[in-house]
Amino acid sequence: MSALLQAKGLIQQYSTAKTFLGKTSTMRAVDGINLTVREGEILGIVGESGSGKSTLGRLLLGLESPFKGKILYRGHPMPEPRTAAWRKLRAEMQLIFQDPLSALDRRLTVSAQIGEPLEIHGLAAGSERAERVAELIAKVGLRQDQAGSYPHELSGGQRQRVVIARALASNPRFLVCDEPVSALDVSIQAQVVNLLRDLQDREGLTMVFISHDLKVVRNICDRVAVMYLGRIVEEASSDALFSDPRHPYTRALVSSVPKIGAGLHGRIILQGEPPNPAARPSGCAFHPRCRFADADCAATIPELERHDGRLAACRKLRHTLRPAA
Amino acid sequence: MSDTATIPAPRFISRIRLKAPFLVMLAISWLGLMIFVAIFVDLLRPYDITAMDLGARLVSVGAPGHPLGTDELGRDVFSRLLQSIRVSLVIAFCATIISALFGTTLGFLAAQFRGWVEHLVVALADFQAALPFMIMSLAVLAFFGTSIWLLVCLMGFYGWERYARIARGLAISASAQGYAAAVVQLGARPSRVYLRHILPNVASTLIVSMTLTFPEIILMESGLSFLGLGVQPPESSLGNMVGFGREYLTRAPWIMLAPSLVIVLTTLSISLLGDWLRDRLDPTTR
Repeated sequence: MSALLQAKGLIQQYSTAKTFLGKTSTMRAVDGINLTVREGEILGIVGESGSGKSTLGRLLLGLESPFKGKILYRGHPMPEPRTAAWRKLRAEMQLIFQDPLSALDRRLTVSAQIGEPLEIHGLAAGSERAERVAELIAKVGLRQDQAGSYPHELSGGQRQRVVIARALASNPRFLVCDEPVSALDVSIQAQVVNLLRDLQDREGLTMVFISHDLKVVRNICDRVAVMYLGRIVEEASSDALFSDPRHPYTRALVSSVPKIGAGLHGRIILQGEPPNPAARPSGCAFHPRCRFADADCAATIPELERHDGRLAACRKLRHTLRPAA
Repeated sequence: MSDTATIPAPRFISRIRLKAPFLVMLAISWLGLMIFVAIFVDLLRPYDITAMDLGARLVSVGAPGHPLGTDELGRDVFSRLLQSIRVSLVIAFCATIISALFGTTLGFLAAQFRGWVEHLVVALADFQAALPFMIMSLAVLAFFGTSIWLLVCLMGFYGWERYARIARGLAISASAQGYAAAVVQLGARPSRVYLRHILPNVASTLIVSMTLTFPEIILMESGLSFLGLGVQPPESSLGNMVGFGREYLTRAPWIMLAPSLVIVLTTLSISLLGDWLRDRLDPTTR
């Protein structure tokens, strides 16, 4: 499969507000990421809050321009945000939001919002537009009589369906789903995840699926990248990553997924403070919480290297650390 | 109860009556009457506003031919009141619209471009808020003379900083997260984002602000006219009538009371209507 999107050496940093003495501190949300999204795959990005997942998602979509590094979409560099070329490209790539209620305009009806991308990109008008909207409403599993309702009259799952329908209106090739189900009930999560899966099967969409919910990621993704403090620590196919995690952080994450009948036995409980991107530990960012860390880990930053068909960034992996169980 | 099938669909008037509370109905009727008067004043008024009848000076309310009496020159108060309603309403309407357009535009520009544009708009708004508007109006009118359109434009600068602040704040919060960011992400131009999405969403707040500014502008114009810098005689406005009527307050109170009552009722009606409109325009509270 060919690469649809390539990120090279992405760095994004934000400066925090000036303190009283006029000092600004910078915070790296994304710190040197190389990533390839292949055509037709679902790539999962997992990590804790503050690990830079959402920033990476926004960078991949070109909603922000990176501090350093570049993004190639179909081999061409991403245009600057809010230029005409950038606007045109929006028809091909869309974002699905975490909170559907705030992503929808509460003064417009469902059908007006779903039809909006068609209007913006001049894709359909009049009866053709109405037809296309009806088709989209059916596609995401809403009822036709809900076309005239307002977002606040719908349930959370229905709102997320509206957001998905709007994102699909312009026939995009690339979708970034930024925690699309974390604001929904568990029963509705499954419906929305299945809907996304079906859509991907039918239309061959390429998706980046950002989540902290490993069960959902395991269910839907072909390939998974694990982020820790703005860096990718492990990248592998979904099966390989969940059955045989290598990086100590990934192993702790995977062990945290409850298994039926296993109880709490075998869980790796991470010690120490959750990461703070403004005060990044030296060397491997994970070393203060890592069971295997030694003095070397605090000194040098490990590179993302190949380990039997996967990528992982850990110095310990080379020799000693083999999967324990 | 046996004949329930033949209930006719409610007519327009009764449909509105079903939706609006009694007080709002009164407010709408009063404003409708004011607008009607403003449009058809030339047909309605019994005398010309400058027609003097020196034989019938300071005639009391209810006199034959002069329902609201006459003033010190024997001019019919009723005719002058109708003419004043037109002048005052035109000034207040135009000025409110100018002020809302100007303020909202500046507020949206500030929110869209940020940086120095925003600094400039905020500084101008602070400047406007700190300046005693009455003093500035006096200075401008004293320098440039008093014409009705200058007065309208001047009044149009009254209260714009409120719209600018409201529009800027709401637009920034909308584009930081939520529906506006979502529409930008769909590839919409800024004009579409602002006019189709942000403006309708902040309109209720702006309308309430307008209903606050409108009465204030009527009062401000009344104040200026009272001081002799607003509408100049022989033309007449509500404030100008109150101003000239005060000299005869004890002998002929009707000269002043009639326009005062119109000012109070009109501003009250607009406040009531604005309050009700804000709730009606919001689909989430319908």
